[in-house]
Amino acid sequence: MLSIVENDLGTPASRAASRVTLTIDGVPVTVPEGTSVMRAAALAGTQIPKLCATEMLDAFGSCRLCLVEIEGRKGYPASCTTPVAAGMAVRTQTPKLAGLRRNVMELYISDHPLDCLTCPTNGHCELQDMAGSVGLRDVRYGYDGANHRAAQKDESNPYFTFDPSKCVVCSRCVRACDEVQGTFALTIQGRGFDSKVSASQDESFIGSECVSCGACVQACPTATLTEKSLIDLGQPQRSVVTTCAYCGVGCSFRAEMKGEELVRMVPNQDGQANHGHSCVKGRFALGYATHRDRITTPMIRKRIADPWQPVSWETAIAHVASEFKRLQATYGRHSVGGITSSRCTNEETYLVQKLVRAAFGTNNVDTCARVCHSPTGYGLKQTLGESAGTQDFDSVEHADVVLVIGANPTDGHPVFASRLKQRLREGAKLIVIDPRRIDLVRTPHVEAQHHLKLRPGTNVAVLNALAHVIATEGLVDEAFVAARCEGPAFAKWRAFVGESRNSPEALEAETGVRAEEVRAAARLYATGGNAAIYYGLGVTEHSQGSTAVMGIANLAMATGNIGRVGVGVNPLRGQNNVQGSCDMGSFPHEFPGYRHVSDVAVRESFERAWGVPLHDEPGLRIPNMFEAALDGSFKGLYIEGEDIAQSDPNTQHVTAALTAMECVVVQDLFLNETAKFAHVFLPGSSFLEKDGTFTNAERRISRVRRVMAPKARYADWEATQLIAQAMGYPMNYAHPSQIMDEIAALTPTFTGVSYEKLDRLGSIQWPCNEAHPDGTPTMHIDAFVRGKGRFMLTQYVPTTERVNAKYPLLLTTGRILSQYNVGAQTRRTPNNMWHNEDVLELHPHDADERGIADGDWVGVESRAGDTVLRARISDRMQPGVVYTTFHFPESGANVVTTENSDWATNCPEYKVTAVQATRVSQPSEWQKRHEAFTHEQLSLLRGARQTAPR
Amino acid sequence: MNVERLVQMANDIGRYFAAEPDREEAVAGIAGHLKRFWEPRMRTAILAHLAAGGEGLDDLARAGVERLATL
Repeated sequence: MLSIVENDLGTPASRAASRVTLTIDGVPVTVPEGTSVMRAAALAGTQIPKLCATEMLDAFGSCRLCLVEIEGRKGYPASCTTPVAAGMAVRTQTPKLAGLRRNVMELYISDHPLDCLTCPTNGHCELQDMAGSVGLRDVRYGYDGANHRAAQKDESNPYFTFDPSKCVVCSRCVRACDEVQGTFALTIQGRGFDSKVSASQDESFIGSECVSCGACVQACPTATLTEKSLIDLGQPQRSVVTTCAYCGVGCSFRAEMKGEELVRMVPNQDGQANHGHSCVKGRFALGYATHRDRITTPMIRKRIADPWQPVSWETAIAHVASEFKRLQATYGRHSVGGITSSRCTNEETYLVQKLVRAAFGTNNVDTCARVCHSPTGYGLKQTLGESAGTQDFDSVEHADVVLVIGANPTDGHPVFASRLKQRLREGAKLIVIDPRRIDLVRTPHVEAQHHLKLRPGTNVAVLNALAHVIATEGLVDEAFVAARCEGPAFAKWRAFVGESRNSPEALEAETGVRAEEVRAAARLYATGGNAAIYYGLGVTEHSQGSTAVMGIANLAMATGNIGRVGVGVNPLRGQNNVQGSCDMGSFPHEFPGYRHVSDVAVRESFERAWGVPLHDEPGLRIPNMFEAALDGSFKGLYIEGEDIAQSDPNTQHVTAALTAMECVVVQDLFLNETAKFAHVFLPGSSFLEKDGTFTNAERRISRVRRVMAPKARYADWEATQLIAQAMGYPMNYAHPSQIMDEIAALTPTFTGVSYEKLDRLGSIQWPCNEAHPDGTPTMHIDAFVRGKGRFMLTQYVPTTERVNAKYPLLLTTGRILSQYNVGAQTRRTPNNMWHNEDVLELHPHDADERGIADGDWVGVESRAGDTVLRARISDRMQPGVVYTTFHFPESGANVVTTENSDWATNCPEYKVTAVQATRVSQPSEWQKRHEAFTHEQLSLLRGARQTAPR
Repeated sequence: MNVERLVQMANDIGRYFAAEPDREEAVAGIAGHLKRFWEPRMRTAILAHLAAGGEGLDDLARAGVERLATL
C-alpha cells in the first residue's frame, strides 16, 4: 500500500529538458518529452484507471485498464507505455473505453475475495478504487469458477504477509524487487491462470532471497503484501516526514501515525537521498522505540555495585552537576568530558560540545566518528580542504566506472547499493577492493570487472600501486592537475608513486593481488569515463586509515575525477549522523565547521556568542580519555547515546577505564553495556520523540520530526540543557530550530541553513551560504575548498599487527544487513530472525586445518583477549582471513580487537587483528564474567524498576 | 598517561612523515601534528619521557618531539 498521502502519477517522471504540448480530453497539457500519456493526464488532473502502473516502476502495460484512444491511431493503446507526442489528442473517457475497462475489472473481481470491510487496506486499495472508477456493478462470470481464493497465506516474514488470494498478478512486486531493490528474489511462476507470484524457487518469503526492503509491499496495489503492523493496528490517520535513524544514507520516511502510535514507516517518494526506497531496518525495525527494555526514569547510584535508585529529573540533574563540579574542584578543570554518538541529532551534538567547552571549560569532547570516519575528516581536509564527501548519491547515475574500496554497500548502505546496482545493470563498470568476496562482486545482473582481493592492512599498498600505474603509464589528467592542484606537491607525489617499490609487481607479495589485475583496474579507473570512488570503514579503520583516504583523494585528483557530477570521493558513513556529528564540532580540536580551537578569530567568535572564555588547546580523544582515566587524571564522563563498552576496541581496556572514573553519566534508551558501568542514567529519547536534523553521507541535512511525546518527559537536547543550567551556564533554547539558528550564525558552511528553508526545500546539502543559497550537491567544481588540491605522500607502512606462529590468522570485523552497529536498536526487533548471533566466518581450508565444522564453537584469541563464536565456513573469505560482526555484546568481538590505531586520528584498527582460532566446547573466561556481570547489573536494574515512580 | 602507548603513537606519526624527502619538513610536520592534535597532558608526558632519555622513540619521531619542545 502506498503512503496514505502520496499521489501516484503512474509512471516515473521524465528528465527531458524539452517539452511537448498535447491535448487530453480537449485540454492542452505541456509536459517534458518522454512523459507517458498516463502521467501527463495525471499532471493535468485526470486519473486514468490503472493497476500495474506506479511511478516507482517503469511502465509495464499488462493490466489493460489504462487504455486510451488517440486521434489518428488504431486501437486502444495503454497510456502507461505510450509516450506523449506534440499535437497528440488523447481521449481518456469514451463509452468504448468504459466498456473495455469494466470487462477487465470483471475478470479481476471474479477471482478476488470480496472481504473489503475486513481487509486491512480497505479505503486505500487500488483494486477497490478501480472497481469504483470503472463503475463495476456486477460480475457476469459469477464467483464459483476456478479461482485462487483458497490460496494459502505466507506469514513467515516478521513484518509483512503475503496473501496470494488477493493477488492480481500485476507484477508490481516482482518489478519492484528487480528494478528498485535489485535482488531479483521474486518471480511470476506458471502461465496463464496458474500464474502466481513466487519468492525464489517457490519458497516462503523468510526462506527466500528476499531482503525485506519493503519495496514489494509498497508497490502492491491490493492487500496481497501488507505490513503486519497495518493489519494489527488499522490504517494510519496522519503522515509526518522524518529521517531514518539508521545508516548514513539518511533515507526520508513518512511516519504514518494513528494518534501517538506508529503504524508504519513508508519511504518518502520525494526523499532526495532515497527517492522512495528503503531497507529492512529503516522500513520495519522500529520496535525498539517502544520496547519494554526502555528506561524512562532517571537513576543514580554511588558505586556500580550498588542498586540503581530511581529519582526525579531534578534530582538526577542536580546530582550530575554536583559531581562534575566536585571532580573539577578536586582533580582540575580537564578531569571531565563528554562523548556523543552519531545516532544523535546535529542539535544534540552541537549542544553537548557547547556544554563541554563552555560549561565544563574544557575541550575534552569527542564523538563516535573517532572510531569510524575520523580519518576521512583528516584525509579529505588535507587534500581537498573539506572534511566531507564530494557528491550527492544521484551522482552515481552518471558514473561509468565505480571503484568500491573497503565498503560493503549491500549490507551497510543498502538503499544506496540499490541505486549503485541500477547503474551497474545499465553498464557501468565495477572495481571492488576488499579482502572478502562481498555480495556486490557478483549479484544478479552485476559482476565486478576486477575484484582486488587484498590482504587486510594493505589498502595503502594497493592504492599506491594503482597510482604507480596511473603516473607511469601516462594516465594522469595533466591539464586538470596543472590547473587545479599544487604543482610542487604533485611533482613530489609523482616521483614518489613512480618509484619501482610502489609498482604492482613489487607489492604483489605484500598485497596478495596479482600485478596484472592491479594494472587493469588502474587503467579502467583512469580511462573508463566518469570514475567515482566509494569507500567505507574498510579504508578508515586501519593504522594507515588517514593515509588511505589521502591516497584515494590523490587518485581522484590525478585522473581529474573530481569536481563534477558522476565522479568524486564518496565516504559511505556508517551511522545516520556521522557527517553531522563531525560538522558540529564534536572533535576535541575543532569548533563547528572544522576550525581549530587555536584559531584566535574563530575562538573569539564563539566566546562572544557563548559569553565565556574558551580553552585554546585540543582536548582528549576517546582513547586518550581511557588512558587518562587509567592514570587517574580523568574522572567524569557524560555520554550521550554511545556505547563505548561494546563498540570500542579492547573491551577490557575500556571497561577498566570506565571503572576507574568516579562519575559516568549515560544518557540512552537502554541500559547498554556502558551504562552497566555508570553512576547516573538519564533516559534518552528515540528519533520519533524529538525534533532536529541529521546530516547524511552526501552532506544532506534533513529534518527529524517529533511524531510522539518523549517517553521520559524530555528530549535529549533538553536534558543537556538542564545539565548546563545546573552547572551554572545559561542555556535557554525553546526549540531545536533555535539551536540550528545559532549553528548557522557561527558556522560559515551553514550560514543559509534554517528549519524554514529545510521545510521548504526538503533537505539541504552544505555548504549552504550566500554563494550557495540552496546548498551544494557537488563540491570542488571550479576550485578546491582549500584553493589548489594538494597531493599527499602516502608511503605504505605495514601494520605492526602481523600474523605469527601464535596468531596465524587475520581477523577483520564489519556489519551485516539486518543488524545495526552495537545492535541496541535492531536486537530489540524481529530482525534477529535473520541474525541472532555474531559468527566467525572462516575459509574451508582454515576450518579444515583446525578440525572446525560449520556451527562449531570456536575460540578466537588475540594478544588483547579471547572470545568464543560459532563458526560459519564460507569461501567468500580468503585463506588466512576470518571475519565477524560486533552486533551482540556477548559475542565479545571487541574483546579481541586491539588499541592499535590510525597514526593521525587514533581511529582504531578494527580491520586487522592477528588471531588464532581453535575448536572449543565452552564460552571464554571473559564471556563467563560478562554473563555474570550482566546478570548482576540487570538485577540491580530490576530493583529500581519495581520502585520507580509511575 | 601510558608513555609506552604515547611512544607508539609518536612513532606511528613519524613513520607517516618518513616519506617526506625533506627531513626538516618531516620534523616540522611531526611537531605540528603533536601540537595540533595531542592534548597538553599527552604532550607533557612525551616531553618528560624525552627528557628522561626517550626510550623507544624512533629517530625521526624523537626529532619531532624535540622540535615540539621548542614550540
